[in-house]
Amino acid sequence: MELITPEFGLFFWQTIVFLVLLFIMAKFAWKPILNSVRNREQSINDALASAENARKEMQNLKADNDQLLKEARAERDAILKEARELKEKTIADASEEAKAKADKIVADAKRSIELEKQSAMAELKNQVAELSVEIAEKVVRKELSSKEEQHQMIEKMLGEAKLN
Amino acid sequence: MTAHKSFKIIVILALGFALLPLNIFAGESKEGETPGEEEFNATEMIMHHIGDAHGWHFFGEGENSITLPLPVILYTENGLVTFMSSEFHHDTEGHHVVEKDGMRFVNLHEDIYRLNAGAETVEFDEEHHPLNASKPWDLSITKNVAAMFLTVILMILFFWIGLARHHKKHEHAPKGFNNVLETLVLFVRDEIAIPQLGEKKYMKFMPFLLTVFFFIWITNLMGLLPGAANVTGNIAVTVSLGLFTLVLIFVNGNKHFWKHTFWMPGIPTWVKPILAIVEGAGLFIKPIALMIRLFANITAGHIIILSLIGLIFILEHAGVAGISVPFALFITVLELLVAFLQAFIFTILSALFIGMAVEEHEHH
Repeated sequence: MELITPEFGLFFWQTIVFLVLLFIMAKFAWKPILNSVRNREQSINDALASAENARKEMQNLKADNDQLLKEARAERDAILKEARELKEKTIADASEEAKAKADKIVADAKRSIELEKQSAMAELKNQVAELSVEIAEKVVRKELSSKEEQHQMIEKMLGEAKLN
Repeated sequence: MTAHKSFKIIVILALGFALLPLNIFAGESKEGETPGEEEFNATEMIMHHIGDAHGWHFFGEGENSITLPLPVILYTENGLVTFMSSEFHHDTEGHHVVEKDGMRFVNLHEDIYRLNAGAETVEFDEEHHPLNASKPWDLSITKNVAAMFLTVILMILFFWIGLARHHKKHEHAPKGFNNVLETLVLFVRDEIAIPQLGEKKYMKFMPFLLTVFFFIWITNLMGLLPGAANVTGNIAVTVSLGLFTLVLIFVNGNKHFWKHTFWMPGIPTWVKPILAIVEGAGLFIKPIALMIRLFANITAGHIIILSLIGLIFILEHAGVAGISVPFALFITVLELLVAFLQAFIFTILSALFIGMAVEEHEHH
């Protein structure tokens, strides 16, 4: 068997064996292996992509949460502010009303005091007048007990009346 | 730690590879000591070891040798003739005549001759060519064919029974040896097929590239085992493999490829026929280069190792082994690399040539 002369028999078998091997391997080994590897690579890529998506979604969610929290905080602040204002207004209103009421009471009291004072004064005047008339009567009776004196009196009074 | 450990294993294995052939030759050399001794012929020994044979010889000499008999299949004018190679009784000098279906056959240096009708023994001319015999078509399961079958069995075990079955059952990546195999498959896909053939077209050629890569690599490695056949270092095998690449180029070459081969655009018309001849020859030279590269590399490696071992018997001194064996060990380790490298080169060049034939040119 020469070194560099191809033997027909070996060439024949090599060709047959290789063709059969190629067929068997392609059908039963390479195809399932390559398909499965490709599927696995695909699923790894998908998993990576979905992880990336999840990460983004998480970020969005977090941003949303932050936004919500911020809004809630703002709302709370607004409510508190409103309540505070309401409280102050209520207090202010109440004090004003109280003041008005008090003023009114004071005014009423003043008026009734005035009235009482006037009626008291009037009574006092009447009593003073009656007293004066009584005194005057008694004085006059005593003074005018003589005719002369009566005349003098009338004269004087007439004179005064003329002056007026 | 593990690197150190695996290095140790490699050294031990390589030592085994280098030393085992030595034992085989040691057995042979005993013949030289027997009376009527023959001169040790290194060329004959080397050619015997790198050549094909009709039986798988392990060790021993002549009638005492341990040889796995293999079927001899001959196609003669009278039809197919089959018998086991053991019927030659280890004779390769044409002495032992086997009679079958009324025809007589002899094994002359591993070529089977059929004696002409009426002839009882082979007669030779001065150059030791048989005068009264002719060669029938020899389709025997020779040592190389048997080794080829072994590679096929290994590939089926590894990839069909092993890796493909794992992939059928499981979604996740395989572990252990299957993981190694899958990495190699992905190596062929990502480093050979996709760069040379492109994302779109590589799938079509993956079965061929994978089969050729693993066939060559496993066969190369098997060839390094002691007593193994030199399959990929046989020109008939590489011619067949190269022809597959050639056929794939011819079948898949697109319009653009053929135009650029035989009527290159963009050059003066008178140059075109000259270039067509060059390119046309190149079509065949590429696969021929593939055939010769693989054959020569593997055979050369075997010849170097056998020569180094042969030195011991040429110089007839056991001390030579002290130098020969470490050198043979070194070459054997180198051959482990070459085994992979040649499989890789054959596959990547096949992919490159096919890639050139199927390449799309949109803008030109």
